[in-house]
Amino acid sequence: MSSYATGFVLSILFTITPFMVVVNHLMTGWMLIFTLVGFAISQLFVQLIFFLHLGRESKPRWNILVFSFAALVVLIVVIGSLWIMNNLDYNMGGHEMDEYIIKDEGYEKNR
Amino acid sequence: MSDSKPIFGFWVYLMTDCVLFATLFATYAVLHNNTYGGPPASELFSLPFVLIETLILLTSSFTAGLALLAARRSNKTQVITWLAITFILGAAFLGMELNEFANLVHEGNSWQRSGFLSAFFTLVATHGLHISIGLLWLIALVVQIVRRGFTKSTVQRLTMFGLFWHFLDIVWIFIFTFVYLMGAN
Repeated sequence: MSSYATGFVLSILFTITPFMVVVNHLMTGWMLIFTLVGFAISQLFVQLIFFLHLGRESKPRWNILVFSFAALVVLIVVIGSLWIMNNLDYNMGGHEMDEYIIKDEGYEKNR
Repeated sequence: MSDSKPIFGFWVYLMTDCVLFATLFATYAVLHNNTYGGPPASELFSLPFVLIETLILLTSSFTAGLALLAARRSNKTQVITWLAITFILGAAFLGMELNEFANLVHEGNSWQRSGFLSAFFTLVATHGLHISIGLLWLIALVVQIVRRGFTKSTVQRLTMFGLFWHFLDIVWIFIFTFVYLMGAN
């Protein structure tokens, strides 16, 4: 009981706080993004520990192992997609982007 | 979490589902600015509405956990009561989501409007589809518990349902953060 109740209270706290930050425009830019991501990840761990009871199994810890591998794949998929698509955007921006790249990098790119 | 093999197998399924959601999140992250002259996220969503949705789903996750605890005490009435509350909250969440979708489509902002909206509908509706399947599962589970009581297999299924429901709650937290809260600015 206490585990679920603790998780529930913390989850509500980690939901309402970022909501208030956004609604009251307390932060902007990267600061806001880092804060929101921080709250989401804190809540992820709260629910993993208090609701899913991850880490309470006995050895060998297969659940944690599978979870860690899934987390690795998720990070590669998300960060990799953003990285590649961002780069593609930069290199395929058309005529104006070409001029920007020539100025930015100091050389003409091969087309 | 139990150490039994079927439950571990279900956990592995959930982790592959995580990868499915990761691809949809990545697609959304890439496309979220491609509005094609249509409305951006900041003009479409009502944050207080989504906060209520989030709190409803969070509470249903909590009551699903309480049903599991009651099952450990073999208290049939309590298990069924908590599962019924979980069902009502889950259905309320789904109703609110469908209502939001209907309003968007009605205003001409369907998945055909822009790349951003295609990615939005795919991501959020995939989560909604999981919730719908979870609700059907919940009905089957209650019928089985009423008929057979707490056998090894009904308790196992209840445990799996709990994992599934908590997992969907975690996915929603990320939708709430990345789609709604970040979209508001």
